[in-house]
Amino acid sequence: MNRQIARLGVLGLVLIVALIAGTTYWQTWAAGGLADKQDNAIQRVAQFKIKRGLIYASDGKTVLASDRKKKVGGQTLWFRTYPTHGLAAHVVGYSTVERSRTGVERSFNDYLTASNGNLNTAFRTTLDKLKGVTVTGNNVVLSIQVKAQQVAESALRGQCGAVVALDPRTGAVLAMASSPSYDPNLMETAKGFKRAQRSPGYKCGAPLLDRATQGLYPPGSTFKTVTATAALDTGAFRPDSVFTDPGYCTEYGKKVFNAGNPDQNGPETYGQLTLAEGFEHSVNSVYCNIGKRIGAGVILEYTKRFGFYADPPVNLPPEELSPSGLYFHDKLWYPKDPATEVDPGRLAFGQERMLVTPLQMAQVAASVANGGVEMRPYVVSKITSPTGATVLTTKPEVQNKVMKPQTAAELNQMMQLVTTGGTAAAAFRGIGIPVAGKTGTAETGLNNVYIPWFICFAPADHPRVAVAVVVENKYRGFGGGVAAPIARQMLQAILGAH
Amino acid sequence: MNLVAVGILTGLGFAAVYISQQARLSTGSLGYAVFFFALYLVAHVVARFTVPQADPYLLPMAGLLTAIGITEIYRLGQNDALRQGIWIVVGVGFFSAVLILLRHDYRALENYKYLFGIAAIVLLALPAAPVIGATINGARLWIQLGPFQVQPGEFAKLCLIVFLAGYLREKREVLAQGRLKDWGPLLLIWGGAMLVLFETNDLGSALLYYGVFLAMVYVATGRAIYSLLGLGLFVGGSYALYQVVPHVRDRVTIWLHPWTSHPVPCPFTGHLALRQDCQSYQLVKSLYSIASGGYVGPGFGKGTFTTPDGTPLIPYLNTDFIYSAIAQELGLVGAAALLLVYMLFVARGMRIALYADDGFSKLLAAGLTFGFALQTFVIVGGILRLIPLTGITLPFVSYGGSSIDANFIMLAGLLLVSDRANAGRRA
Repeated sequence: MNRQIARLGVLGLVLIVALIAGTTYWQTWAAGGLADKQDNAIQRVAQFKIKRGLIYASDGKTVLASDRKKKVGGQTLWFRTYPTHGLAAHVVGYSTVERSRTGVERSFNDYLTASNGNLNTAFRTTLDKLKGVTVTGNNVVLSIQVKAQQVAESALRGQCGAVVALDPRTGAVLAMASSPSYDPNLMETAKGFKRAQRSPGYKCGAPLLDRATQGLYPPGSTFKTVTATAALDTGAFRPDSVFTDPGYCTEYGKKVFNAGNPDQNGPETYGQLTLAEGFEHSVNSVYCNIGKRIGAGVILEYTKRFGFYADPPVNLPPEELSPSGLYFHDKLWYPKDPATEVDPGRLAFGQERMLVTPLQMAQVAASVANGGVEMRPYVVSKITSPTGATVLTTKPEVQNKVMKPQTAAELNQMMQLVTTGGTAAAAFRGIGIPVAGKTGTAETGLNNVYIPWFICFAPADHPRVAVAVVVENKYRGFGGGVAAPIARQMLQAILGAH
Repeated sequence: MNLVAVGILTGLGFAAVYISQQARLSTGSLGYAVFFFALYLVAHVVARFTVPQADPYLLPMAGLLTAIGITEIYRLGQNDALRQGIWIVVGVGFFSAVLILLRHDYRALENYKYLFGIAAIVLLALPAAPVIGATINGARLWIQLGPFQVQPGEFAKLCLIVFLAGYLREKREVLAQGRLKDWGPLLLIWGGAMLVLFETNDLGSALLYYGVFLAMVYVATGRAIYSLLGLGLFVGGSYALYQVVPHVRDRVTIWLHPWTSHPVPCPFTGHLALRQDCQSYQLVKSLYSIASGGYVGPGFGKGTFTTPDGTPLIPYLNTDFIYSAIAQELGLVGAAALLLVYMLFVARGMRIALYADDGFSKLLAAGLTFGFALQTFVIVGGILRLIPLTGITLPFVSYGGSSIDANFIMLAGLLLVSDRANAGRRA
């Protein structure tokens, strides 16, 4: 019987070796994937024993997120508190036990809990663990400027929409506001969570949604900036190319009319005018004809150069980002054959199922401002250790060279016309610095209800800031009248601070 | 030499208990360590006098496993630890009683093999009986004796192994020839046991019994064909069950696809839910626990098992899923070390079977040891998704009085066989 017993013994040992192998698989190979599962609360709860790092605004002094000590069942836990009650709430995000995390609290969780791979941090954390001292996370300094953020949030108060301000030279996000907003301090309790989801006094819901990075809006005439980029950069047109505007453009044998003139009945009619003048006064027929000439395919290629059809590469959680582009049945859609599947004229002036995020349009303005070089946007400029030493500094990176410098210079001039004599002239009268911009007034399908847009950068000769503003569903709300004044406030807040 | 090994192993075990509980719960735990050590000494002294020649490693290893188990149980809930402590005292009592009663010649048991076979079936059927039968967590595996719940299945397992050892020893030659008449009583008792197990939905135990049965038939007859045939029957039977019994089909589905990205019907609530929030909730949460342990884990007493307000994150942690708790707190290093102890135990147990003089002793030791190994595999393998999960206890470690007491009796059995074999060799 001994041979059988020996074999049975080997079998028994093999079974247990299989258990060791299985355990190894789950604790090493599969561990990372499981830690990221939405319904895995263990990692999240365990990290409440760590004193999370603080989150600062760009001045390194204003604390946007800090910690509150709480003794629970003999354990010291650290809960989040947000002293400003929601300044840049969507960027900062929240960190709670009950719900997962959002915003920078999520995308920089490794740094905030000192579990990042950095050698110094790992050394310090291990030492703290061995000493039995509370592990303290690294601090995160945002690129968000307090004053600019406050101006953006107060300008949007009572309205639904978003404001994004970028430094076109670096890609730093100086302000990013989404309205309505919420107080992240409410998020820990079920009652507070319910309250945070309400937006009394607003005509829209979903205050937790970051409209700046996730809100998808029809771009209206701000999209003419993209079309003009394609028209000039391909060499198909020049700013002084001449067009004749009968008040409409003919597509598929039918008339596509210009926007209605608010002072007269019927569409505006300009007669003979240049491409630049068509930009200044936002004449749809001119861009419709450009679209027909260069084709939808070329325009879509240029949207991709600007970063459409991908999540904006900003360091926020991917779940909180939406790509801009054509949407079909609520899904991002890139036509197989743009020439037959997309209406080039309507696409050229910002209709035809094109949806964009405010962040993406701010990047469009910033790319023109920066001589055609688009910088990768970022919200975190620096990470410091609890002792104050710098762990990491964000270095500006080029996202893409979108257009030739000459194209950018020509567009810059055209966009300045908009604020001096064009659709946004009234909003920028007397500002004292050259501003380059473009209005947009997207149709909503409701009579006289529009989505006003404005994108701009300033000073136009040496741009230091680029802004995008969108406001939802305003009755008789035009880009020049509603969105441009908010952009003006932003420019003054940021440039005045310099 | 043997005493040194005993000392080192137990010393380590109790140092673990003491240090970890010191860190978290200060002096209250010291009493446990001292009490536990005293209890271990009692078991050791009894073993020294009754089975002086027995394998010196088994008792320390069992002590170590028990110590790890009660430490983790204590860490998860002090009331359960107190109850488990009482059961361990009872277990050591059983252990001593078996050693003292059978110290002259345990082989007398062979004469009562049919009695053991019938006892196994009666014990298995007890929970289904009215009045004393009790249903806990949806399984009818317990009987209520005053304030205590007893799981007779744990003891039935031992009875069945004794029966099989006796019967197979007697008939091994004729069985090898394959005459149906000789297989009769064997299949009758074993089949009855299987029937009861399927009736009570205790699939984990069914798998365990079937495996032990096949293993012992193989050892007795030396005919691998029987075991292969049995394995084929098992696969076929499982497939048939999969087709017919929805409960079995559910288990397999949970095993293969614990996570769904879309809501599926949830039989508990009747609504749609993600499977990880419904049927595979336990399995998935336990895997999260294991995974969060990583290489070294946070250490005894520092794992995360509840939210700050005390809501459990992992269900049935101290019984079926105690391995998940240990793997989280001690990490891969600790979990692998624990499994290595199981491996050593199996190696020593099989060594005893090899050195035993007579067929009954060999079969008994091999059956007890393989049962121990297979039980470990069924529960931990289920937790690790190597096989479909069925809830049974982890030997010596899980919370549960019947389990720990049955394990101590099993340990006593192995020591008896070992003592006799060693005494014979030295004489």
